[in-house]
Amino acid sequence: MKPIERTEVQNAIDSFAGQDVYLHLETTNGAYATHVDEAFFSAGAYIRNAYIQYEHGKIIGDGPYRIGLKLNIGWVYAEGVNHFELDEQGRLLLAGLDFSGKLAVSMQLSPTPFE
Amino acid sequence: MEKERHVLVIFPHPDDEAFSVSGTLAIHREAGTPVTYLCLTLGEMGRNLGNPPFATRESLPKIRKKELIDAANAIGIEDLRMLGLRDKTIEFEDDEKLTSMFTDAINELNPSLIITFYPGYSVHPDHEATARAVVRAVERIEEKIRPKLQCVAFSNNCIDELGQPDIIHDITGIEDKKVAAITAHRSQTEAMVLDWKEKFENQDADFLEWIRKERLWTYKF
Ligand SMILES: [Zn+2]
Repeated sequence: MKPIERTEVQNAIDSFAGQDVYLHLETTNGAYATHVDEAFFSAGAYIRNAYIQYEHGKIIGDGPYRIGLKLNIGWVYAEGVNHFELDEQGRLLLAGLDFSGKLAVSMQLSPTPFE
Repeated sequence: MEKERHVLVIFPHPDDEAFSVSGTLAIHREAGTPVTYLCLTLGEMGRNLGNPPFATRESLPKIRKKELIDAANAIGIEDLRMLGLRDKTIEFEDDEKLTSMFTDAINELNPSLIITFYPGYSVHPDHEATARAVVRAVERIEEKIRPKLQCVAFSNNCIDELGQPDIIHDITGIEDKKVAAITAHRSQTEAMVLDWKEKFENQDADFLEWIRKERLWTYKF
């Protein structure tokens, strides 16, 4: 993964618009957050292989970025995104890595199901 | 350390074995005792992707699989079984399915000692769910022929509630294998081990105590 290049990511988002794609969306503060700091409220969410189709999507901000996808009957969005990779399987892998490099948010689109 | 017939180790994540009991397992292997390690997941949800990142969410499991094999080799484990479940989903699996996976392994291997986490005292939901299922499987075995069940605990309240560990293995002399096992899990441990060489050279007392003493609690049914 490398730091976000906005145009490249926007082009990839555009290329998936209007077709069926598989979505991976995840936020996490790690399973040990409350163990390390008992005052920390641990929360996160995870969805893998949601089958969606979006009308259009946008990447917004100066970095870290926000990314939103407008569906026929709903929305998908993520914030804190700062890294990306277009992998050899034609998937758009987006991630938000925190100040120590740990994954905090992940949003991925693929024409084929994620393993 | 008592000579065992067969040691069965059950943990959900690659690297659980390295930090907790890799020295103990290496000692069993050096004594010629067979060790089977059931590792439930490939740590797909690990948050460390390298800094700068060398992994993605999608490549991480492949990297960690290789790391797990390297760690098992460092310890001398010949029977490593990856069970193909998914990180952070263990507690949502069917309880009976998990239990019978472990019952099947116990029936096949007839271990004299089983090592897993201590339910209630092992912090991560996957650790807890794995531990509960192991306890269910072992509990069903008639007491006379039940293998020993020794557990790893590290929650903040574990000493208060469980008391001091009744088993402490001093692995002095075999630290190299433990360090090799931990280092093998490079994607997760790279930053952590940076100053270890220095700590060994300086004979850092807290560090040596931590790395040399492996602590286990016998499970109380
Ligand atoms: Zn673990």
